[in-house]
Amino acid sequence: MTYPENALIAHPDNQPPVAFTQAQLDWLPWIAPLPEQDFSARHQAGLVDAARIKSPYFRLLARDPDTLAARTRTDKDIFYNPEAGLPRAERELAAAATSRHNGCIYCASVHARFASHFSKRSDDVQRLLDQGTEADLGDERWNAIAAASVALSDTPSSFDQSHVLRLRAAGLDDAAISDAIHGAAFFNWANRLMLSLGEPTPAG
Amino acid sequence: MTAPSHTLPDHQPDLPDVIDQLLHILPGDPLDRIRAQRPQARIHAQQSYLALFHPAAPVVGNVTALERHALAWWVATLHAAPHVAGFYAQGLQAAGAGQSLLGALEQAADCARGQGPYGRYPAGPLSVENQDGPVYALDSRLRAVLGEKLAAAFEQAHLLVFHPRDASPAGLQALLDAGWDNTDIVILSQLIAFLSFQIRVVHGLRTLQAHPATASPRLETA
Repeated sequence: MTYPENALIAHPDNQPPVAFTQAQLDWLPWIAPLPEQDFSARHQAGLVDAARIKSPYFRLLARDPDTLAARTRTDKDIFYNPEAGLPRAERELAAAATSRHNGCIYCASVHARFASHFSKRSDDVQRLLDQGTEADLGDERWNAIAAASVALSDTPSSFDQSHVLRLRAAGLDDAAISDAIHGAAFFNWANRLMLSLGEPTPAG
Repeated sequence: MTAPSHTLPDHQPDLPDVIDQLLHILPGDPLDRIRAQRPQARIHAQQSYLALFHPAAPVVGNVTALERHALAWWVATLHAAPHVAGFYAQGLQAAGAGQSLLGALEQAADCARGQGPYGRYPAGPLSVENQDGPVYALDSRLRAVLGEKLAAAFEQAHLLVFHPRDASPAGLQALLDAGWDNTDIVILSQLIAFLSFQIRVVHGLRTLQAHPATASPRLETA
């Protein structure tokens, strides 16, 4: 599909989701992604994963390829690096709670799904989506991670000593607390891109 | 790709790590060892900073160093993050910002502070969570000092900082109308969103730094 340059793309037939969900969603850009045929070697490098050229979101961000490449590598290490720190499920929980707090239905869907996948606690994750970030997520450790993510995501941030102490009391060491901080902080980046450059749509 | 690259300095990979610098992290500190466990995140948070504030030639888009640093100062100030704002203020002055602009920025900030996130959801079950809050618009005098392009970027930044779920195509249209193109809009959006990350990493790690665990034997072997 070709889009006009420097003009909005309308999606008059889209029926965006009106509730948080763990279902698969797609995303429609409001301005034109870089057309595949216009990708230079630098744009290709910006994608990091070549397959991402199929994603309108990553093709749009590839317009600033060096920033996209650095952002992608930051993202992957925060969420995928298996060494020490917070288990993967709880990094995804921080991402999902942040997205729920900021109101990014698309981001919340992806990372709620990942949190469910890695924890096998889909019902607890669903309560976060249905009831919001105040929901009881089943144990103090998850509640503490969600509360810390929410506080850090407030603008200005309300994350303070009480959150550090609560996370420690719930069993997190400082490397794990740092992972929770980074997971929540990174989704303040992601939420603002997904919310402001396009809109979610049910997966086709 | 025909950007005026002379408006930005060459890529400067040797600049000190901004997060370490803002937190005064020294080699061997507890936070140094924690950050070392996520080496790619540490390197590429810094590379993200460099790509946005000291982009490599040929520079993509048409966003000047002054515009980039002014927007970063604005985002940090709206977050009530004075250390981060001070860091970007140095870059803003290095980029040639004059006293009249700096004064106008301070005035703009005075009536822009708030508490987020607020905003509205698409009509439906989430409507009960709608929370209205200020929509920021620069007055005509400040608009004249900043210029239409920077003024539009500041208004979009206020939206993204405090009420990102209110973002709409109208916000992007306002950026297009002010003279930014698609690539510029991606750069501005990345810059605002990156700052929202960097500020929170600094805030979170500073809180952790100020309240060290009484003992951290596990880190000794990390």
